[in-house]
Amino acid sequence: MLTLDALTVARGPCTVLADVSLTVGAGEFVGLIGPNGAGKTTLMRAALGLLPHRGQSSLAAMPAQARARAVAWMPQSREIAWPVAVETLIALGRLPHLPRGAQLAPADRAAIDAAIARMGLESFRTRAANRLSGGEQARVLIARVLAQDTPLILADEPAAGLDPAHQITLMRAFAAEAAAGRSVVASLHDLGLAARHCTRIIALHRGRVAADGPPAQVLSAGLLAEVFHITAHVAQTPHGPVCQPLEVIR
Amino acid sequence: MVSVNLCADQFALMLAAPGQLVSVTHVAADPHVSVMAAAARGLHLNRAQAEEVHALAPDLVLAGPWTSAYTVSLLRRLGIAVTVIPDVRTLDDVPDALRATGTALGREADAEAMAASFTADLDTLRAAARDAPGPRAVLHNPGNYTSGTGSMADQILTLAGLSNVAAEAGIAGGGWLALESMVMLAPDMVIGAEPYPGASRAEEVLRHPAARALAGPGRRALLADSDWVCGTPHVLRAAAHLRHAVERAP
Amino acid sequence: MRDHPGLMTALLALVLALFAASLLIGPAGIAPAQALAALLRGDATAEALVMREIRLPRALLAVMIGASLGLAGAAMQGYLRNPLAEPGLIGVSGSAALGAVIALQTGLAASFALGLPLAALAGAALAVGLLLALAGPRGGSLTLILAGIAVSALAGALTALVLNLSPNPFAAAEIVFWMMGSLVDRSMTHVWLALPLMAVGWVLLAGLGRGLDALTLGEDAAETLGISLTRLRLMLVAGTACVVGAGTAVAGAIGFVGLVVPHILRPFVGARPSALLPASALGGAAMLLAADVAVRLVLPDRDLKLGVVTALVGAPLFLHLIWRTRAEGL
Repeated sequence: MLTLDALTVARGPCTVLADVSLTVGAGEFVGLIGPNGAGKTTLMRAALGLLPHRGQSSLAAMPAQARARAVAWMPQSREIAWPVAVETLIALGRLPHLPRGAQLAPADRAAIDAAIARMGLESFRTRAANRLSGGEQARVLIARVLAQDTPLILADEPAAGLDPAHQITLMRAFAAEAAAGRSVVASLHDLGLAARHCTRIIALHRGRVAADGPPAQVLSAGLLAEVFHITAHVAQTPHGPVCQPLEVIR
Repeated sequence: MVSVNLCADQFALMLAAPGQLVSVTHVAADPHVSVMAAAARGLHLNRAQAEEVHALAPDLVLAGPWTSAYTVSLLRRLGIAVTVIPDVRTLDDVPDALRATGTALGREADAEAMAASFTADLDTLRAAARDAPGPRAVLHNPGNYTSGTGSMADQILTLAGLSNVAAEAGIAGGGWLALESMVMLAPDMVIGAEPYPGASRAEEVLRHPAARALAGPGRRALLADSDWVCGTPHVLRAAAHLRHAVERAP
Repeated sequence: MRDHPGLMTALLALVLALFAASLLIGPAGIAPAQALAALLRGDATAEALVMREIRLPRALLAVMIGASLGLAGAAMQGYLRNPLAEPGLIGVSGSAALGAVIALQTGLAASFALGLPLAALAGAALAVGLLLALAGPRGGSLTLILAGIAVSALAGALTALVLNLSPNPFAAAEIVFWMMGSLVDRSMTHVWLALPLMAVGWVLLAGLGRGLDALTLGEDAAETLGISLTRLRLMLVAGTACVVGAGTAVAGAIGFVGLVVPHILRPFVGARPSALLPASALGGAAMLLAADVAVRLVLPDRDLKLGVVTALVGAPLFLHLIWRTRAEGL
């Protein structure tokens, strides 16, 4: 789904991302964690080919049209420029599948309806998207990404600004996508959400991969101290792994 | 002696003794608007500003009725005598303007002779024009400007044996006649102005296809602005030129 | 047409009605039936001459230029995601006028057929390019308007300078025409002069719909939806320069059409940038036809400038938009 080989991004004299090599396979829900400035957004944008970079990315190498059908991207900035209806905005996800000038086909309608149902937006269909609350806008934008119906989804902090119920709904939606054979890579600040829902966690630290593996393995006391400067309560429970940050290490 | 008005310039250039006139306005040397351009060329050319006129230390300044009142009063306060040459609105005003200039220049006899010869020429032309009702003509100036009843231009048309279409349209003095109104009046002749160098939208209308279609071959005459911008005795030349064009018209 | 058949039919009917009004209203006062008969007959009568050589090109130009301005306004707003963007306000039309005036006064316009519109196009392209560079891709309101003021002021000053340096005594008085625009006494020559470049511009701008829709989600999202932003920007600059350049070359700079029309029509098309393009083209044609009929009704014999009417409608709306933009903290 995604293969990065020695991906490096330099901004002026600073190396923001250094020699990142990784492969994401089908069925994986990857949580990308790391403190502010670790390079999470840069990694994803460079992988998409949106940033000048060195090294290889399987996505960046694709022609734009093919890439649009291979990966959907949810940027961190939640832009909705005009008061378009929620339904219309979500339908933009179908653009890569529509020939120029074509109308939405029944298959497109089905994908849009599925995405709306997934994010619980039925009652918002005809509302102006940019007049919704921040959390509602985030859900609309996630639905747009789901409607794009690609084998791979990259999302930059999709859970930010959502209430707990919607955070869980979102993570379940992504997990379901992964279970259905697609792949999701999402940057997350909430370690608890990452621990509980992701199949794999990649921790970035100063532009490098500090750890990569199943949540229980990555979220070790040593890594949390070194990368995040925190202590946390990490445990296996009948509901799955939990991770509750506790104190800052000075 | 200094003149600061185009019309006063031309009267003075016709009547002044050699060396008597020191300076005229710069436009007096422009053959497009001045019949005395050749005579003006050796003189100092002013821009009708009190400061430069004062520097020339004239005994008398000739001005027109439209010369800036501020400039005139400033010159008078500086102790310079200013004579205003009366406006020429109709052909019958020409002798008075000549006499006024003659008096100012101390050349009364020459002025009287010129006025007498003008009046005689005018009478001859008038006598000749009375015979036949002439073709209907319209003056089509840049920007659709035209002249109707009571104007000197109207008198010139009459002298040339033409009947003024603008007068039919109820225009008194100067005024604008929309191109389509002009077309509907269906004049027999269109009298335009000679083009100035450079380009202007006002003159472009003279070449409009509708104006061209109106005035077929031989039904179009051009008049030089210099012949009638000011009411000098040369206006009769314009009338003669027009009459010639009328006689040649099909 | 497909997405909003009701709106598009209504706009089309409005354009047709105003086109007819534009053909039937004029100082010559020809009776409507007689006027239409003369238009179709096209013989050598005075009525036919008025209809075919004076009123028809005027009405056609109003449609062409109005549609161009509406389309360019909608496209620029969609690209910059800013409802305040408009070719007239941000100096694109003014720069086109400068190009036209230079071509006319240097004799370039007389030396080859498309000299005039191409020079205006160059002026417009320079301004759009400069503004997009200055305002940045997101086109923040403040930067855009400040840059626009600077470009407008410079273009206006240089236009005045060129006209004042002209040896033609009438040229200097025509600064108002170049800054406010007018369709008085235009001819079929002007229609043919403007049409080729405008047609190219229409095609370029009409092709922007998909990209502008995607840009609703921001640049990153648009790019990953398969939109090439470089190509989009190039088409916008070229298309705007073509339509604004060709229009300004024959009718002067007419402001506010590209601001008012998209603003009024946006709610009717569900704010979708792609649907707004054709609607704004029709709306622009209707607005300019109406303005041109209005100047003839107010002062039939005199050349009242179109920009006077469009500004009377547009300027209060512009102030309202600034107020709202500020209230929304954009």
